[in-house]
Amino acid sequence: MTMNVIGKPVARVDGRDKVTGRALYAAEFNQSNQAYAVIVNATVGLGRITGIDQAAVAKMPGVLSVLSHLNAPKLAYRPHKGSIDPKTGERLHVLQDEAVRFHGQPVALIVAETLDSAERAAAALRITYEAQRPIIDIADPDARAIVPESGRDHTRGDAEAAFANAPVNLKASYDIARENHNPMEPHATVAVWKGDKLTLWSKSQYVVNEQAEIAAIFGIPLENVQVICPFIGGAFGTSLRTWSHVTLAAMAARVTQRPVKLALTRKQMFFTTGHRPRTLQHVAIGATQDGKLTSLIHEGTGETSRYEQFSEALVASSSYLVSCPNVTTRYRLAALDTGTPVFMRGPGEASGVFALESALDELSYKLNIDPIELRRRNEPKLDEGVNKPFSSRSLIRCYDVGAERFQWLNRMPQPRSMLDGRLRIGIGVASATYPAYQAQSSARVRLLASGIAEVEVAASDMGPGTYTSMTQVAAETLGLPIDKVRFSLGRSDFPPAPSHGGSWTMASVGSAIRAACISVLEEAKKRPSTDRPLEATATTQRDAGVAGRFSMHAFGAVFAEVAIDPDVGTIRVRRALGVYGAGRIINPLLATSQCTGGMIGGIGMALMERTVLDRRDGRPVNAHMADYLMPVNLDTPKIEVQFVDEVDPHVNPLGVKGLGEIALVGMAPAIANAVFHATGKRIRRLPILLEDMLHA
Amino acid sequence: MIPFTITQAPSTHEAIQAAAAGGRYIAGGTTLIDLMREEVERPDRLIDINALPLKHIRAEGPDLIIGALARMSEVAVHPDTRRLHPVIGEALIEGASPQLRNMASMGGNLLQRVRCPYFRMLDAPCNKRIPGSGCSAIDGLNIGHAILGTSDQCAATHPSDVAVALVALEATMRVQGPQGERTFPVEELYRLPGDTPHLEHTLLPGELIVEIRVPGLSYSRRARYLKVRDRASYEFALIAAAAVIDLDGGVIREARLAVGGAGTRPWRLRAVEQALKGKRLERATLEAAARTAVEGARPLSGNQYKVELLPRTIVRALELAGEIA
Repeated sequence: MTMNVIGKPVARVDGRDKVTGRALYAAEFNQSNQAYAVIVNATVGLGRITGIDQAAVAKMPGVLSVLSHLNAPKLAYRPHKGSIDPKTGERLHVLQDEAVRFHGQPVALIVAETLDSAERAAAALRITYEAQRPIIDIADPDARAIVPESGRDHTRGDAEAAFANAPVNLKASYDIARENHNPMEPHATVAVWKGDKLTLWSKSQYVVNEQAEIAAIFGIPLENVQVICPFIGGAFGTSLRTWSHVTLAAMAARVTQRPVKLALTRKQMFFTTGHRPRTLQHVAIGATQDGKLTSLIHEGTGETSRYEQFSEALVASSSYLVSCPNVTTRYRLAALDTGTPVFMRGPGEASGVFALESALDELSYKLNIDPIELRRRNEPKLDEGVNKPFSSRSLIRCYDVGAERFQWLNRMPQPRSMLDGRLRIGIGVASATYPAYQAQSSARVRLLASGIAEVEVAASDMGPGTYTSMTQVAAETLGLPIDKVRFSLGRSDFPPAPSHGGSWTMASVGSAIRAACISVLEEAKKRPSTDRPLEATATTQRDAGVAGRFSMHAFGAVFAEVAIDPDVGTIRVRRALGVYGAGRIINPLLATSQCTGGMIGGIGMALMERTVLDRRDGRPVNAHMADYLMPVNLDTPKIEVQFVDEVDPHVNPLGVKGLGEIALVGMAPAIANAVFHATGKRIRRLPILLEDMLHA
Repeated sequence: MIPFTITQAPSTHEAIQAAAAGGRYIAGGTTLIDLMREEVERPDRLIDINALPLKHIRAEGPDLIIGALARMSEVAVHPDTRRLHPVIGEALIEGASPQLRNMASMGGNLLQRVRCPYFRMLDAPCNKRIPGSGCSAIDGLNIGHAILGTSDQCAATHPSDVAVALVALEATMRVQGPQGERTFPVEELYRLPGDTPHLEHTLLPGELIVEIRVPGLSYSRRARYLKVRDRASYEFALIAAAAVIDLDGGVIREARLAVGGAGTRPWRLRAVEQALKGKRLERATLEAAARTAVEGARPLSGNQYKVELLPRTIVRALELAGEIA
């Protein structure tokens, strides 16, 4: 294998199509004779529908159909749980009964000739409810605590006893706000039935799952559903699951016998398409005077809905990120009257590592040990949670490289010791980690007589550059130049790929493509001259033996510098650096871009993002881009990314660990730690707002 | 969006006639169209006034004259603005985004509607939208709401940045209407919510803002607009302050001060101005004077921080204007 394409900063192969508008997104697949559907959402937070005046709006101009539980087709809702769906509970059945489970639940659907007509009718539809007060606050004593069936508790040694006997200890609690994904592209589906066959042009990070889910909901054979999604305008996890709007689009198309387009509004993106759950966490740490951990207790509770148990790896990293003989982690859920959460970039780890890394930072000041030195003293030799060696772990190297580049040694160690004019300056650091997963994936390669290689996988590209990086893998393996490879994705009739999340796309899809390319080359050797295309399909997954022998994770060190106005409290990130050991980097240009975006997401988590619910009816009050703040350019002045060389022969044949998730992990604690360094004030609630700084 | 008609007014006279007959003016549309899409605003007739000759920006002696249809971005960078009243440019640049500033007119900016989230939610009570329906914010989310000039019916702030600067500078506005022309201070454009929060301004039916006049001020270059918010750009003020000061040595001869994000309308602080008169420009003096700004403040559940933030912002704006920090 010649190494001339992998590792090179190849520009996006789809970049020209994107900037010229030739790349089509779900809502742009307009069909002739297309009708438009608009969802009507519940305006109460819990209760039931007592009346819907459908007749009044059915007569409005352009209205084709008004659907609610009163007249909507009863759908099969056959059992189906894809890898993303919660294992416990049952998905929302839409327009099937009178129950309102949360504010914003779809309760009716208007289908009309034009979007305007549908919107008008949706606004005019009068619905009456019998409303109850919802429980929407995770801290509400009436919220039902659940031990999740996914069971992620971990115990080694006796953490309680070790904590009680520790020479130094600390306890702290952390509260992280609910976040919504807010990608640029809203959810959208264009649905077309031809007889019993359904085609969906639909925003999805997992087209084969959307195919299976819709087939199950409508009770039709899998092969009758085709899902197409060539481009995604950002997703961050919100398009991993197939939400109710996809069902509604297909229902509307079936009822009206017309192609139907359904796109969510920005406000609707806060209702039924998942969110990063609010979490409450408690961390207790015991240590020796020289900073060696003797006890770590990490407990966390996350929001879920009443009808499904959404769980994520909130406290999991505390079992392996630091060395400690006595560890207990506990993960619980609080069932609320809300829609089911879903994975949001860096799911679990981003929230859990905030708590652990904030506590470690606090310990470092208590012991008067440099925060990086504290991590060094607690660097494990193996994954103590599972008693296996790491396939590779470059955390300390990331700290060393980052400390040098960020000029850590120029930092004054004492809190409140650095000033720039009037501004208080703080520099903080935190670890980042995320598992290096690999899932089963297939890929097909066709070598044409013209010298072109066609590669097909039902994968997705929500922005990291899957089109480009997979083209590189195929070109490298086949020994072809980039422009001889045509890589296609986003169709459910292509060889199946796993969900486009969890930072496993390159490990999974890339490995399958590599295997298919190797296989087609062998085929070519057998049939050196032929006019017919040569084709090979391969399916790969992680070698079970290797998986049993090693613990596989990516690690990173994240640095942040903040400037805080001591009078009015404004907090601005001045510069940030993320250094990652994530195996082989297929394309440093894309990888840097991906990490920059993840770090900016972390700035949002640290300083801005929160979905605020009205306690009276569970309404997301700031469901608007002017009110749900995310960083803009001025908030992200200097973001730098660096990768340490890391050769991992175990994770997968490509040696890659994935980057999308880890890039958001670590940023929020680095910022919170910098805020402490600047002000001496420890903020354990995210986002940290200027009002938190007024007495700092 | 509810269907509507739109006609272009060829002259000011005809525009006023059409408005007197029930039409609504539209200029940049950056507020109105947004609210129409959400059916918060439901005009059936729009009068496009963009062709009217009201786009001028010029100096008249020491005064700055701004046509009601001048765009925010044009006014911000105009040499006469920069020369005569730089604080207006600063306030404009701190507002909105470049795209919005290119579209939004000065008259429309002064008349923009409140940003209270419940005002935009048709399914939530709002006294401003439906008089007597109740206020969702007072017992709900009120992080951004006012602490001054509130009533039990409404606590929404007026969102304009430039209005704060204009109020501090004692700008006046000329309006024309079916009953003729009148001129009055920009400050008097805004009503307190009281028991009638649906009435936001004092324009009579059909009246059209044609021009803003900012009177010359010998010390207008010693002025700053400080806008405080969690995001560095593209966010409405949590608190903002426009400060203009006349210094004699280190002593304040006179000061002008108005704040945004604190009151239910752009809020002139005459008591603070009085308290500053004849005092030295130094932190302790400024703090003592600024403290009086929150006398009588009525914070809600989520905006107590403004009681602390308001005086601090005033102090900083005064220090910036006086160039002492």
